[in-house]
Amino acid sequence: MRETVRFLLGDELVEIASCDPTRTVLDWLRLDRRRTGTKEGCAEGDCGACTIVVGRLDGDRLRYEAINACIRFLPTLDGCHVLTVEHLKAPDGTLHPVQQAMVDCHGSQCGFCTPGFIMSLLALWLNERAPSVQRIEDALAGNLCRCTGYEPIIAAAQRMDSAEREKDRFVAGLPATIARLKALADSETISIGDGERHFYAPATTAALAELVSTHPQATLVAGATDVGLWVTKGMRRLDPVIYLGRIDALRGISDEGDHLRFGAMANQIAVREALATISPQLDEMMRRFGGEQVRNAGTIGGNIANGSPIGDLPPALIALGATLVLRKGSERRQLPLEAFFLDYRKQDRQPGEFVETVLVPKLPAGALFHISKISKRFDEDISAVCGAFYLALDQAGRVNEARLAYGGMAGIPKRAKAAEAALLGRSWDEAAVAAAIAALAQDFTPLTDMRASAAYRLKVAGNLLRRFLIETTTPETSTRVAGLLAEAAHG
Amino acid sequence: MATRPIVGSPLKHDSAEKHVAGEALYIDDIAEPAGLAHAYIGLSTIAHGKLLSLNLSAVEAAPGVLSVLTAIDIPGENDISSTHKHDEPVFATSDILHHGQPLFAVIAETREQARHAALLARATYDEAPPLLDVAAARAAGSELVTEPLKLERGDVASALANSPRRLKGTMAIGGQDHFYLESQISLAIPGEDQDMLVLCSTQHPSEVQHMVANVLGVGSHAVTIEVRRMGGGFGGKETQANLFACVAALAARKLKRPVKLRPDRDDDMVITGKRHDFVVDYEIGFDDEGRIHAVDAVYAARCGWNADLSGPVTDRALFHMDNCYFYPAVRARSEPLRTHTVSNTAFRGFGGPQGMVGAERFIEEVAYATGLDPLEVRKRNLYGGEGRAITPYHQPVEDMIAAEVIDDLSHSCDYRARQAAIRAFNRQSPVIKRGIALTPVKFGISFTATWYNQAGALVHVYTDGTVALNHGGTEMGQGLYQKVAQVVAQAFGIGLEQIKITATTTGKVPNTSATAASSGSDLNGMAALDACETIKARLTAFACKHWQEKPEAIAFLPGRVQVGTREIGFVELVKAAYMARVQLSATGFYATPKIHWDRKAGRGHPFYYFAYGAAAAEVAIDTLTGEYKVERVDILHDCGNPLNPAIDKGQIEGGFVQGMGWLTTEELVWDEKGRLKTHAPSTYKIPVASDRPRIFNVALLEKAPNREHTIHRSKAVGEPPLMLAISVLHALSDAVASVGDYRFCPQLDAPATPERVLDAVERVRALAEAAQ
Repeated sequence: MRETVRFLLGDELVEIASCDPTRTVLDWLRLDRRRTGTKEGCAEGDCGACTIVVGRLDGDRLRYEAINACIRFLPTLDGCHVLTVEHLKAPDGTLHPVQQAMVDCHGSQCGFCTPGFIMSLLALWLNERAPSVQRIEDALAGNLCRCTGYEPIIAAAQRMDSAEREKDRFVAGLPATIARLKALADSETISIGDGERHFYAPATTAALAELVSTHPQATLVAGATDVGLWVTKGMRRLDPVIYLGRIDALRGISDEGDHLRFGAMANQIAVREALATISPQLDEMMRRFGGEQVRNAGTIGGNIANGSPIGDLPPALIALGATLVLRKGSERRQLPLEAFFLDYRKQDRQPGEFVETVLVPKLPAGALFHISKISKRFDEDISAVCGAFYLALDQAGRVNEARLAYGGMAGIPKRAKAAEAALLGRSWDEAAVAAAIAALAQDFTPLTDMRASAAYRLKVAGNLLRRFLIETTTPETSTRVAGLLAEAAHG
Repeated sequence: MATRPIVGSPLKHDSAEKHVAGEALYIDDIAEPAGLAHAYIGLSTIAHGKLLSLNLSAVEAAPGVLSVLTAIDIPGENDISSTHKHDEPVFATSDILHHGQPLFAVIAETREQARHAALLARATYDEAPPLLDVAAARAAGSELVTEPLKLERGDVASALANSPRRLKGTMAIGGQDHFYLESQISLAIPGEDQDMLVLCSTQHPSEVQHMVANVLGVGSHAVTIEVRRMGGGFGGKETQANLFACVAALAARKLKRPVKLRPDRDDDMVITGKRHDFVVDYEIGFDDEGRIHAVDAVYAARCGWNADLSGPVTDRALFHMDNCYFYPAVRARSEPLRTHTVSNTAFRGFGGPQGMVGAERFIEEVAYATGLDPLEVRKRNLYGGEGRAITPYHQPVEDMIAAEVIDDLSHSCDYRARQAAIRAFNRQSPVIKRGIALTPVKFGISFTATWYNQAGALVHVYTDGTVALNHGGTEMGQGLYQKVAQVVAQAFGIGLEQIKITATTTGKVPNTSATAASSGSDLNGMAALDACETIKARLTAFACKHWQEKPEAIAFLPGRVQVGTREIGFVELVKAAYMARVQLSATGFYATPKIHWDRKAGRGHPFYYFAYGAAAAEVAIDTLTGEYKVERVDILHDCGNPLNPAIDKGQIEGGFVQGMGWLTTEELVWDEKGRLKTHAPSTYKIPVASDRPRIFNVALLEKAPNREHTIHRSKAVGEPPLMLAISVLHALSDAVASVGDYRFCPQLDAPATPERVLDAVERVRALAEAAQ
């Protein structure tokens, strides 16, 4: 057991011996350290005003990620290199190339969102060279600006790229920073608290299994992109908190031949990369998963175990026929992902159990796959409807296997069994789709809420099957207005 | 040292380097005074009814709590109604009029403690059904929050009766949350006597001062309001800051400690007013050539629970129900309805956008009814020609340039060729349909509350030649401080580095108007220039005497002062003048000329001038899902002679995207209990980077000085560009119309969410099928 949390704040080694387990990084920066450059815009990880850059060791390299400080818990920073907007100016007052580009392009007006944009741009600049406009938009999808209309910020992102990287302090300082972080790393379980409530961060899966068994009522925290809101919006006082982010073994993704194996803590950026090998449709869906900060923090296990009816991964993975591995102590059990979701916010997870691994079959040759996410705003929005479809056709072109999974249509991510039945044994054509659409009304009685009406949801759920048919039978027809698939179609 | 003209240069925002470094201080960033306590507001959990009891004992007993505040703790008046209708209590005492209405405040050692404690209140209510929208308010015969306005010119009834063709319709136009990135915030610091200093994120320091004085029961002279910058305003901090400033000040008075109040984003959105949503019922008379003969329209607005600025907002909707179009006979009436929702308020455009959206719907209706191209119908109805240059409020349109702007833009963006290409594309694309539209903007500049059209400034020249600049305008990101500083720098011939821009404070420049109505630079630029001219006149008189020259031999040039044949530095002149006991400080003042308005008669000259622009938008829609993408936008906008073209371009781009958000993805949803369901960015969707048009050509109209004598012949630019986004709504509509072969008006309401677009597609498709 280690009873302190240690990380680098810029060059400064910070060691914390006592803290509220759900103290947010943002509050700590602003209130405890009076570093007020980082702003609070929404306190729910949606506006990006609080964006900071966190470097974490990944083997021998240091991976810098933009994250939302407003929903990240302070003790989860253990072992990280933390950069805030105040770190960017050189000691002689010279602006960092990212900052200078924003000034040169008139990228700030009221300036309140600006530090967050600067930090998102810094992460982009540290990680990628000559990013495309599409990539810049993706990297900034989690940063809201209400003044500029974004045009000058995109221009700044393009301009900053011309700066000399090798001379940059952060780049030049990498070896030293890595060495310092390595010296901090250990495999001790962290235990810290404020005297009343507790935070644990095991470093191994075995230690996690033991902790979860000992504290079956604990809140398991992965990326905290939802749990963070339980604190900042729900005003809940979680106790204890068990953080999974130090367990490298849970982050792994491996190719097992006919399927991919995902550690529960694989983040959405890594998950996207892996799923993209299965289908470009998945690449596009994952591109639109939250904002960049959420994709950096959020994990495959969290998106599943959270049990939200509108999470986008579950429909995709159910359609692919994914299997979940749950672990309790040293025991493991497997179940089809779709069986995990029992009822609204209720999952088949026993006390003391945690999601360890997700197994995702690759598409067999000839299988048809489709996923569409429909939301009010194209990027960084929550699905009104998400439809993911898998079809296998026999040699005569008849449907012999169908998995049609939807999010946003029920209290849980759910298969459309009646619609599937309507397809089975039929040719994959207009008539079959019409029959499946008619059957959807038996499968779902969706809600009307702020994202969409019940009628729209049902209508679109059916039209997505039409889109699937068009894309698989007349691929020359354009069916997408934006995103990677539209750009690919445009050429 | 400046060597070239500063006014008109594309200089960076004065705080740009501080913004990017995180060094620009917003109120929550300022070093906190010792003994600071934190207030939080407790809210009603019903939308309508009577408050029967309010038990705060658990709140008071919560950890860290110092005190609670209810209406009985208010030493002055429990009212913050900006238009003095006494309909906006700080804390409700009996009538609950919207969900989230403030009932009390709790003050604790930390903000977190105060937030937790505020949730512990136990209130009981006698709940009544809420009236939540225009239809419900009308059906229930709900009262109006303020006197309606009627504009009338000509005999509408007979003009309609004599029109070759007529049609009737209804359009719903949604509201909009400001979503300033910095939420509301105030920090109140009590002083000696009954003094109170409030640092407040507000566009209207003088009003906040009066409100704080009123609730504290002290004179205005005891209250000082200060604001260096806001993290966005957009109208949302014109009256909506009053509540937070007053609660902070009341708490500070009660505790004799500094108190800060910053609502969480969700609470901010639940408590504060938004852009008004409107329902426009219209009847139009027209002919087969697409010329409008008469318009009769009613503009009903969801005003919310109190009057706030709903009177002037609904007035301005009527002032813009013509946009650029001449209606030979016209009648327009407002219907500002009371509803049990947040009290809607100022928002960039201030009702003008809603009026203008209605005007473009009229055009569209006439176009589809006659089978003419919408742009052709727009052009045929523009103001201009004999007897065709008079607005519905009887102000002549003397500076009309919309026709030229439309022609220039349609030429430069290749409108006709692209339109033809889009139609060809649509014929062969069964799912994705493209649309294009070009819409103009004419926006009236001046407060329609005539007395607001005044401004003051205070300029100090120090003996080292540096200048402290202060005026009544506030900085919310629009670059006002920078523009006024450019005016001052040029007036003295000094560099911007010699000017210190100081925070807006009621202690330096009193009785100021809200920084609103796009008027910030027009008013404050002129007031600051007036102060500079006063000082320059004194310096000139001194120089004439000191160096024995005539006044015409003295000139303030870039970087130097010409005194006869010699050139001296500004510092040298200032030092010499000081030694000769010349006053180096002056106030400045400006009142906009020519304007007058008789609201009862519906006649007058409420606007000093008009700002113009036009935009062409191209979109693609998906007819299976209603999803869409704005693919290209071209804008030509009239800034007169811009004070700073870079800042103006930023206003145009930003205003456009904000307007596009309003008309597309930004949807406010209340449930049947009157609870706002879209109270955070997770549910309320403003545009993100990828929503901006990838091709975004923005040009400022060149060599177009304002014909009126405004500050350096510039034109106001804060609000007008927002309405350029109406082109997006109409491009979407054009794409929708393609599914009915352009024979049926899509009547696409706003916001055009994917759901509304899909509904319109299905409606047009059904009409087309029925017609076959």
